[in-house]
Amino acid sequence: MPDQVLFATEVVLNGLMAGVMYSLVALGFVLIFKASGIFNFAQGVMALFAAMTLVGIQNGQVPFSHLFNAIFGTKIHYFGWEVHSVIAILLTVIVMIFMAWAVQRYIFQYLIGQEPIILFMATIGLAYFLEGVADLMWGAEIKTLNVCLNSDTCLPQGINTVIDSVTFGWFGYGFFVDNLDISATIVAIFLVAVLVIFSQYTKQGRAMRAVADDHQAALSVGISLNYIWILVWSVAGFVALVAGIMWGAKSGVQFSLSLIALKALPVLMLGGFTSIPGAIVGGLIIGVGEKLFEFLIGPMIGGATENWFAYMLALLFLVFRPQGLFGEKIIERV
Amino acid sequence: MLYREAGDFKTSYIEDNQTFPIAFDRYRYYAILAISFLILPFLVNDYFVNAILAPFLIYSIAAIGLNILTGYCGQVSLGTGGFMAVGAYSCYKLMTAFPDVSIVIHIIIAGGITAVIGAVFGLPSLRIKGFYLAVATLAAQFFLVWLFNRVSWFYNYSASGQINAPERTVFTIPVTGPNVEPWAMYMICLIFAFVSAVIARNLTRGALGRTWMAIRDMDIAAEIIGVNPLKAKLSAFAISSFFVGISGALFFAVYLGAAEAGDSFGIQKSFIVLFMIIIGGLGSIFGSFAGAALLVVLPVILKLIGADFLGWPTGLVAHIQLVIVGLLIILFLVLEPHGLAQLWRIAKEKLRLWPFPH
Amino acid sequence: MKKTLFAAIAATLVSGAAMADLVFPSLSYRTGPFAAGGIPFADGYADYFTLLNERDGGIGGVPIKVIECETAYNTEKGVECYEATKGEGSLVYQPLSTGITYQIIPKASADGIPVHSMGYGRTSATNGRVFEWVFNYPTNYWNGASIAVKHILDLNDNDISGKKITLLYFNGAYGKEPIPTLEALSEKHGFEFNTLAIDFPGQEQKSQWLQIRRDQPDYILFWGWGVMNQVAVQEAANIRYPMENFIGIWWSGAEIDVLPAGDGANGYKSLQFHNVGSDFPIFDDIEKYVVDTGKAAGAGDQIGTVLYNRGVYAAMLAAEAVRTAQDIHNTADITSAMMRDGMEALTMTPERMAELGLPNFGPTFQVTCENHGGEGLGAIAQWDASATKWALVTDFIAPDDEVIMPLIEADSMAYAEENNLDLRCN
Repeated sequence: MPDQVLFATEVVLNGLMAGVMYSLVALGFVLIFKASGIFNFAQGVMALFAAMTLVGIQNGQVPFSHLFNAIFGTKIHYFGWEVHSVIAILLTVIVMIFMAWAVQRYIFQYLIGQEPIILFMATIGLAYFLEGVADLMWGAEIKTLNVCLNSDTCLPQGINTVIDSVTFGWFGYGFFVDNLDISATIVAIFLVAVLVIFSQYTKQGRAMRAVADDHQAALSVGISLNYIWILVWSVAGFVALVAGIMWGAKSGVQFSLSLIALKALPVLMLGGFTSIPGAIVGGLIIGVGEKLFEFLIGPMIGGATENWFAYMLALLFLVFRPQGLFGEKIIERV
Repeated sequence: MLYREAGDFKTSYIEDNQTFPIAFDRYRYYAILAISFLILPFLVNDYFVNAILAPFLIYSIAAIGLNILTGYCGQVSLGTGGFMAVGAYSCYKLMTAFPDVSIVIHIIIAGGITAVIGAVFGLPSLRIKGFYLAVATLAAQFFLVWLFNRVSWFYNYSASGQINAPERTVFTIPVTGPNVEPWAMYMICLIFAFVSAVIARNLTRGALGRTWMAIRDMDIAAEIIGVNPLKAKLSAFAISSFFVGISGALFFAVYLGAAEAGDSFGIQKSFIVLFMIIIGGLGSIFGSFAGAALLVVLPVILKLIGADFLGWPTGLVAHIQLVIVGLLIILFLVLEPHGLAQLWRIAKEKLRLWPFPH
Repeated sequence: MKKTLFAAIAATLVSGAAMADLVFPSLSYRTGPFAAGGIPFADGYADYFTLLNERDGGIGGVPIKVIECETAYNTEKGVECYEATKGEGSLVYQPLSTGITYQIIPKASADGIPVHSMGYGRTSATNGRVFEWVFNYPTNYWNGASIAVKHILDLNDNDISGKKITLLYFNGAYGKEPIPTLEALSEKHGFEFNTLAIDFPGQEQKSQWLQIRRDQPDYILFWGWGVMNQVAVQEAANIRYPMENFIGIWWSGAEIDVLPAGDGANGYKSLQFHNVGSDFPIFDDIEKYVVDTGKAAGAGDQIGTVLYNRGVYAAMLAAEAVRTAQDIHNTADITSAMMRDGMEALTMTPERMAELGLPNFGPTFQVTCENHGGEGLGAIAQWDASATKWALVTDFIAPDDEVIMPLIEADSMAYAEENNLDLRCN
């Protein structure tokens, strides 16, 4: 194969992987939007909050230690123990469930039936609040994230040597694929499978779908909206944790993690706000599209095009399908 | 007692359409104008203008612009930062290319250029609706910032990529550059904000404003009764961008004095102006001012209380500030989802009936 | 509670009158996307002044007051901070962000307060004939680019013609700074020069690193900031790029930038304009007088980290300028204008640094009326992942003035013309 084609193939492969990483963030948006019509701006901050909580628990940090130290003049920072990753993840999930409950109980219960833009605004308030709380709880420093089963098996990172050597044998040029991306793909497939099984075969899952279809009808057959929404926010919180782990493993856990929401927005819009397959396919299209554009056209116009090109690509799709690729058809009546 | 009308004696449409139908309201409005034009300029100092008044007035103009688009015409936009950048860079190019022309004219032309760009990026709104439309304006946001960063013509090929506002005067009084007197900076912002508000108010209660609101409330129905959606939406985009462009030009030339596209006009700008109009009240000129005031003044007050009076570490105060701002946004929405303007309206209704509410 | 509130109000009321203090505003950023870099610097800056207060009773007998103001790296908050602190008798501003620096330069020049942008900000401010109130000693970005190239020359027996050098940079004013210098140097030394931009925030850099993997440049120079740093180091390790050929600017060379990548980051290099590590007598004093007495700005665990040291270095240079100013004007209680004179006459010698408990901590340099940037020396540091330590691997290297001076002259003259400034020092 000629070099350019080889390189393009490698770019496409990496684009697909990057797309999966975007989808992980977009999934959380979709879950909440589908069930409650809330465009959850705080999803990115939730990922940050979840990742910070995870690292904080792992390292045995004392929550709110900065605040205590400032008020009481004490000097406490660490409990002095380290928590195993699996236990830390479970504890973080509990924290996220608590957060879901609080969000429902103290915010959205009062905003039932409001216009979408008001609900959107409330999630912005939530984003501010969570960001502040995350910093107060765990401090604003960069934290290194390592998720390990035992001392040997951690979340892998770096070039996948098998793919590298195999493709080198075939084409004389080894493809670069990051182990972290491969793990993310496996986790994403697993996550989607669990979500599908959950929503198809469990009672709660079916109730969730019923709520997504029609609030009133679901209420009339005795499904508690409140319960379902807490459930949905918890699941979204869990998805945020997964996204936070994957992105945080690469860059360390820090404020910028919340900005990954900006990479998920075009994915979401391209795929449609209400479709889980849309979030996945949208992620893949955006990932491949922006990487290919940067590879082919980028050098001619100075590079760093990915941020805006993702939105342009989504825009292009929307002009032809205004509800996104997999979104529910918008039916307008007068 | 003062807040009173003796009955509904309106005999003409002109009277019915008044901005301030109640005499007391009207006097209060004149009083505020008199204070802000005749008294405040003599009282303000550097800190007050730079930290509060100038950003408040400039953000108000941007909020008025976005309110026309989002509040009156119902089109969500997250491209405000990008459009402000267009205003700022057009103003810079005009200032440096034609140093002899008045800065006021430059700012207005910068608004006009932004209007054209805004209309172009408004084209997808004919096809895409609701939150999906945000993607079009976000594309504008990221593309414009990238463009101003990339093409060195926009910043006159300077090595650093920063644009600096040279000194320009109005009636021999400097209004840009380092030697601006605080009152001059305040006055130029105030005049632009005042004129923008008057224009916006009169546009929104005229025929154009009604077509916008018809589109907002239901575009298909509006189309059926004869509103041209192309004209209505594009005019909303253009006029909204005009105000946003003016605010961007003022933001750069008068307030900051130096700017860089990504730093000063990033996505955060788009969000903050959107917050302002939602908190202030969608579809209300007063709400634009109220929202801008809240989001500019609140952080400064929280900082003063936390860092200067309580003496807490500044980092801690900044974190608590985030928590409080977030809580306040949520609290406002829970108590009054339609913003400060609605609170004001309710208060007025109550006052009008007081002390005999039934 | 009530008492502290009253005390605080009283303090704020009195502070206007009590001009006897030497006031240093610290425009820190402990929140926002760059907080991780801002916290240690602000701690170091504050701790050094606290040390001087506690140990020596201030400078020349006058106590020091540090006013900290949170900017979150945001230009508008920077304006607010500047306006809030300038009336307090501030002696010198460290704006700590390119945006805030550009925005403060004209204002501070009009108000007569010096600005010290140490290793950032407007490079051409080195020309003291144009920029009366702005200083950027000991070095700047253009010097940094030149020092990096000199280091590469050293490694290759002074012949790098035909070598490929790629600049990986933050797509913004800061990242674009070294491009003209590197272009000029590439002409002079005959190396092939490419650029690769990364947009803010820079969490996703696959495209750039795939391209690096294809092109296999011999050296990568890196101008990154924030999350971009950690991701770039991680990606370089991922593609197994030889880390010793990957050289970051001083803002991409702190512990926090390399720690998340673990062992993969071993050998990564960065430019520095001050020494690293905690092996200096001054830190014992800081432990003794500041940390142990509970007066430290932070938790006290940052001592010896690169950015903490940079904060200490900045504070030390400011204190030395105050001493110089006190000598020149023969008064202990100096104003910002006298501070400017002190900064313009500042000379750092190895003897003086050793006296201060900071032997070989920074380059020697001399500031003059024409040259506000000093000689512009810098060194290369390398990361040792197993010891988790940075260490300088070269001496302080002088930049190539032959290339840089004309560039500075051209840019500063353009500024002077645009703003109708008269030249000084004639």
